[in-house]
Amino acid sequence: MTATYPQVLLEHRKPDRITTLSEYRQAGGYEALRQVLTALDRQEVKTRLTDALLLGRGGAGFPAGIKVQTVAEDAPFPRYMVCNADEMEPGTFKDRVFLHAEPHMLIEGMTLAAYSIKASHGIIFIRPEYESAARILEREIGIARREGLLGKGILDSDHDFEIAVHRSGGRYICGEVTAQINALQGIRPNPKQPPPYPTDKGLWGKPTLVNNVETLACIPHIVKNGAQWFKDLAISPDAAGTKLFCVSGRVNQPGCYELPLGIKLSEIIETCCGGMKGGARFKACLPGGASTGYLTADHYHIAMDFDSLKKAHNRLGTGAVMVFDHHSCMVAATLNLTEFFARESCGWCTPCREGFPYLRDLLWRIETGQGEADFIPMIKTMCRHLWKSYCAFAPGGVASIESLLELFEDEVMAHIEGKGCPFKK
Amino acid sequence: MLPETLKTELQERIGRVAHPREMAIDVINALQDHFGYFSDEAMAQAADLLGMSPLELEELATFYTFIYREPVGRHVIHVCDSLVCWMENGENLVAHLCDRLSINMGETTADGLFTLLPVCCIGYCDRAPAILVDRKVHGPLTIEALDRLIDTLKENRS
Ligand SMILES: Cc1cc2nc3c(=O)[nH]c(=O)nc-3n(C[C@H](O)[C@H](O)[C@H](O)COP(=O)(O)O)c2cc1C
Ligand code: SF4
Ligand code: FES
Repeated sequence: MTATYPQVLLEHRKPDRITTLSEYRQAGGYEALRQVLTALDRQEVKTRLTDALLLGRGGAGFPAGIKVQTVAEDAPFPRYMVCNADEMEPGTFKDRVFLHAEPHMLIEGMTLAAYSIKASHGIIFIRPEYESAARILEREIGIARREGLLGKGILDSDHDFEIAVHRSGGRYICGEVTAQINALQGIRPNPKQPPPYPTDKGLWGKPTLVNNVETLACIPHIVKNGAQWFKDLAISPDAAGTKLFCVSGRVNQPGCYELPLGIKLSEIIETCCGGMKGGARFKACLPGGASTGYLTADHYHIAMDFDSLKKAHNRLGTGAVMVFDHHSCMVAATLNLTEFFARESCGWCTPCREGFPYLRDLLWRIETGQGEADFIPMIKTMCRHLWKSYCAFAPGGVASIESLLELFEDEVMAHIEGKGCPFKK
Repeated sequence: MLPETLKTELQERIGRVAHPREMAIDVINALQDHFGYFSDEAMAQAADLLGMSPLELEELATFYTFIYREPVGRHVIHVCDSLVCWMENGENLVAHLCDRLSINMGETTADGLFTLLPVCCIGYCDRAPAILVDRKVHGPLTIEALDRLIDTLKENRS
């Protein structure tokens, strides 16, 4: 079971409540912050993050150490630290599980990241469906403040840092950094292509670091235990750390599991999730959320880390594994995903706004037996156009469609030739 | 009209932040809770409180899933129709709900008690199929559990 692997972020997870501040401190929480504020300079924090090869857990996998270094020494003040708890990618629920377990680990991680770039203001941007987590965070932020762990002169140092919780009105695009910065300023949250980069001119025109919940949660552990320790957590030699995998779909025990990067997909499904439901066969999965392509049984034993998935022309994304069995229709699944992207397109640019409804209609016709062979090149062309959209939303949205045509063309053709879905009884 | 207590409370909250407009969604939510939906009147009040134009608020109101520019029922049911819930029998759940309430998605029951709306993945895929009732999550749902939920809401109507 999962307990045989080192647990870092969810070690003290309880079934029905958070780890309280005193429990968190007993387990060594806020030690990293104390160390840093008394003995380590800012550069040392940044160096440890860089050496630890911590890659962003929000989907893009950008190195966290490099991002903190991009905030210039002489950049203006105030500087902002934003925690991205939007988590609206279908299949993804790891941040929710984490926030209901270890709010103080996030508070400490944000405070450390903020210290490294001299940010004084922290904001947690959270989706409306996570109201219970928002309330927990507000309460625990208050407790941390009373204990001198947040606010003015943290732990009797000269470092000040406040955290506020910002509730979203709910749209997937708000998870994208530049859209999120607009949302935080009460502006319609369409994305804004850089430059300027948020670390240069972000929230209210000031330097802003945006990181995912899970990325920030790793920081206290890296600071305390060092870069080498973090790298040794992973199974793959070039990866670093554990990962919160959230597994759903046709497995016996869906859930959020903390596992070393590099764990085999087959082990996640069989050992952690108790195998496939009803004894069905594994057919495919999306390895990292709705914006990644399918992986078939050919990759059943793939090492789940950023590099291995890149080599398989896929992405680890958010680590949201959605599993399909041999009864699943991949055309219908892709139609459902495309419906999501059609609905959630922010509408700012034409390829995305027009392209997803068009793709959805073609897939719908194929699924319902009205498909024609010429649809396949039409779909391929439209997917290519969508790569020319304004932001990363659209290329993410076509990943499943492109991989459907690449991996399941036979199944698509069976729909077209048989004038209907072969999986419908 | 906005009750003085709510108005004062919102003014105080807005007064505590550096930029009033960062409070836009919170204010919209508060007014929506009060008026039942984000009506034109609510929008004018929000604009006033935030020092923003009604147009700027309309730009937000028409963007977000959980802001309603039209009246909704006493209980708003958002049914997740994204991949995992769909795989786990979500479609039958939707059909049953529509049948039970005699409305289609996007409609409100004649007695004004329920509005049914689709929503994208709500982040509870480990509890699929999942729905939100008045923003509270329920799942994994069976048809029977759903019926019990609706019964309870109907009984508590008074
Ligand atoms: C359409 C879209 C939605 C996104 N949604 C999220 C999200 O909900 N949470 C998140 O952390 N990152 C999300 N991202 C990625 C962010 O843009 C960004 O890369 C990330 O928050 C940075 O944090 P990290 O480096 O710690 O991963 C999204 C990106 C795109 C293009
Ligand atoms: S690609 Fe889609 S989400 Fe991104 S800016 Fe264009 S319309 Fe908006
Ligand atoms: S797909 Fe329904 S909660 Fe995620």
